[in-house]
Amino acid sequence: MADQIVQMTVNGRLEQYRIPQHMTLLRFLREMLALTGTKNGCEAGECGACTVLLNGEPVNSCLVLAVECDGATVETVEGLTERGALAALQQTFMEENAIQCGFCTPGMLISAYALLQRSPHPSDQEIKEALVGNLCRCTGYERIVKAVRQAAQA
Amino acid sequence: MPELDQISQGIGENVARVDVQEKASGAALFTDDIQFGSNLLHARIKRSPLPHAIIQSIDISQAERLPGVKAVVTGADFAGRIGLYLKDRHIFARDRVRFIGEPVAGVAAISEEIAEKALDLIRVEYEPLQPIFHPLDAIKPDAPLIHPDLGSYEVVNFIFPEPGTNISNHFKIRKGDVERAWAQCTAVVEREYYIPHIQHVPIETHVAVAQVSHLGKITLWSSSQSPFAQRDLIAKTLGFSPSDVRVISPYVGGGFGCKAGVTMEALPIVIAMKAKGFPVKLRLTREEEFYTNFVRQALVIRLKMGCDQAGNLLALENTMYWDGGASTEYGVNITRAGGYSSTGPYDVPNVKTDSYCVYTNNIIGGPYRGFGMSELHTGIEQCVDELADALGMDKVEFRLRNVVQGGDTLATGMTMHPTGIKECIQKVAAAVDWGKTSKSTEPYLKRGKGIAIMWKAPAMPPNPGSSATIKLNEDGTLLLGIGGQEIGQGTFTVMAQLAAATLGVPVKAVRIAKPVDTDYSPYEWQTVASRLTWSMGNAVLAAAQDARRQILAIVAEAWKEDVDDLDILDGVVISRKTEKEIKLKDFAVYGIPKENFEGWIGGPIFGRGKFMPTYVTGLDKETGQGKRAVVHYTTGAQAFEIEVDIRTGKLHVLRAAAAFDVGKAINPELVRAQMEGGLIQGLSSALFEQMIFKEGTMQNPNFVDYRIATTVDLPDEMMTFIVEVPQDDGPFGARGVGEHPMVPTVAGIANAIQDALGIRMQGPPFTAEKILLTLQSQEEKKG
Ligand code: FES
Ligand code: FES
Repeated sequence: MADQIVQMTVNGRLEQYRIPQHMTLLRFLREMLALTGTKNGCEAGECGACTVLLNGEPVNSCLVLAVECDGATVETVEGLTERGALAALQQTFMEENAIQCGFCTPGMLISAYALLQRSPHPSDQEIKEALVGNLCRCTGYERIVKAVRQAAQA
Repeated sequence: MPELDQISQGIGENVARVDVQEKASGAALFTDDIQFGSNLLHARIKRSPLPHAIIQSIDISQAERLPGVKAVVTGADFAGRIGLYLKDRHIFARDRVRFIGEPVAGVAAISEEIAEKALDLIRVEYEPLQPIFHPLDAIKPDAPLIHPDLGSYEVVNFIFPEPGTNISNHFKIRKGDVERAWAQCTAVVEREYYIPHIQHVPIETHVAVAQVSHLGKITLWSSSQSPFAQRDLIAKTLGFSPSDVRVISPYVGGGFGCKAGVTMEALPIVIAMKAKGFPVKLRLTREEEFYTNFVRQALVIRLKMGCDQAGNLLALENTMYWDGGASTEYGVNITRAGGYSSTGPYDVPNVKTDSYCVYTNNIIGGPYRGFGMSELHTGIEQCVDELADALGMDKVEFRLRNVVQGGDTLATGMTMHPTGIKECIQKVAAAVDWGKTSKSTEPYLKRGKGIAIMWKAPAMPPNPGSSATIKLNEDGTLLLGIGGQEIGQGTFTVMAQLAAATLGVPVKAVRIAKPVDTDYSPYEWQTVASRLTWSMGNAVLAAAQDARRQILAIVAEAWKEDVDDLDILDGVVISRKTEKEIKLKDFAVYGIPKENFEGWIGGPIFGRGKFMPTYVTGLDKETGQGKRAVVHYTTGAQAFEIEVDIRTGKLHVLRAAAAFDVGKAINPELVRAQMEGGLIQGLSSALFEQMIFKEGTMQNPNFVDYRIATTVDLPDEMMTFIVEVPQDDGPFGARGVGEHPMVPTVAGIANAIQDALGIRMQGPPFTAEKILLTLQSQEEKKG
């Protein structure tokens, strides 16, 4: 399968990549850039574990082809952590014990971050709706919703 | 030895999880995150498309010739059988296949695409056999045998297969005389329930990477609850010694039982044996995760329960047919656990139980959070409600009257230890304002309340061991070695708390040695059965006490003082007599110089500890009687207030309350987190979850068609209560609570539905559609 040359800014760094045409953004991040904080839970757009920011919007990276991201800006949990964007949420997720196995956590954090970007003071209902695509089998969600609420108030 | 109250600092405190920073930043390493470089090979599995068939031939020659393919294996390469309690499974099918999805051949190639292509080139000829999909069909005398060689399989001595049938374990209890007791009963209910297959659905699917050296030594990286059990089982099956196999297991992205024992982990190993030197990765797709690995087996349960006029339970007859699936290597013990706990948490004088593990051509049943208890209690707790109704007695009162108490003789003959189940019942009942009706805002919204209670013992062999090590570092921190796994439950944090409190250091001075590695970590049987806080906790306590003894002996010698006058506080050894002080970091590794340069005292400090229950006895094969069936029971209760929209059948939980007797909450917030997570998982199984099969093929192997609870399904209010009646042999009195919080949920919801709508269904899930249909058919009956 043919490769394609793509320019992409990943976590603030613009680079040129040679990417197989069929490769998803999820696989590109994990397998070519070793950004393994972005998780693979289904590769079908149904679990949210692979959520990243693409041009500032949360997307399931398993549904996006990496070559479609030519000229795009991608941010993952690693980059967002480094630039401090997730600090408030990470703090409340820790305080509220909203993390158990942690596999859903990066995706949750990014969906929650995107919500707070567009709606700084969401209602509980808004929080729940924003996170409905992020599955968590461990926590029962209550603490996650609470952590997002707390971060919004912080 | 320090007194417990002196060293309990930090116990019962809500210490932050020790793994939380890594997990919140994406830095936490899971198996699929480990980088193996460009030599990594990708494995894919050719699976049986038929539920039951003889394999006539397998032609792999074309697949082997495909460029990029490094290895192709089939069952012909490996004869051994594998299994935890009953060795009834081949790694790759050999003579026959027994379920759709069973591994038939495996390929390793330089890319997943090539591996997939190679699968298509493998030709398998089958001769179909008659499949059996229901346990009640499988027990018929003329049913075809799924395992004709059952009699020759290796089995542990507490499992009783019946060769020549499809029954791989039959557990019995005969206590008192049920036949006589029925005559004395005022009320008797007789019910049958069907609990369907569900799946664990960890968000991380199974993944394992194997590498076999040119000398044949095996290394396996796997997302596993059971690194040691995997090493042992796989080595024995392949004819190795367990110490020739090394299993390394980083963080686990959810387990709930499905990553216990061995499921798919042997597959990449045997493939890697044909591609020596290469790491070989097998990661299950979500679809494979659904229908090729352990699931929670289905159950047909027939219950007859009776009580006298005053509401005292007199007799119980419980017949369970567990749909064990194509292999019951692990499931046979679920059958046993269901058997010895078959009364639920009740004191019943006359008991007759028959718990059958039955082979079918369905997917393999395995351990699932609760190990049979959710299924069992779904039946028991609905029958109890019906009995109370038959007498016109309050359901809470009925339970309080019959519930098991310390000193009671259980159905197996074991004496019950003290338990806080009454307090649990009272707490949850009060939380939902039991006995008061609450009004809905609309006439089409019907409200109801339900309660359900539970017990569960760790289900395991009589002698599963734990061990722990503590190594002091140069900086005064300590490295805690454990072989139990962090699967989300918080065990690393609890172990750090136990070690810190016992030794006398702050929790933040404890590092957990990870990943768990069978070459370096101390032995731990498995991360299952809610046993770690109690069992591994005891080992950690012992290791910390050992290290503490060593520390104090060194300082006592150096200061020429009595050890009894010394203590360790916050990482500093102090003398209560002379008020001298020395920091751990000042001598933990290098020791203390004697006066006048006359030599040294001490040396690196290394504590070790172990724990193994030694008092569990066997149970008689015919009567199920024995001195001590299990180590202990954790008990609890849940209550719900629900609202159902009778126009749509949609159920909404207004209030949910949970209370469990954990003996002692080492970290109360972590206990509450288990109670909440379990409750929602239970609610999900009550309302949505069912694996739908058509002739053995799963129809809904994805998250759209197999829905699990999401944020929008949360109850309006969730309340949790911790009850603490100490466990005599638990660390600081603690016992486990990982599984229990989902056990009573289905029954609690079913009872609330009955209260709201006056209907009962034969089994979960209580989907909106099913509720609506049941309501309609009830209307028709009335009309
Ligand atoms: S992995 Fe992308 S949504 Fe599940
Ligand atoms: S914490 Fe395990 S899936 Fe969310």
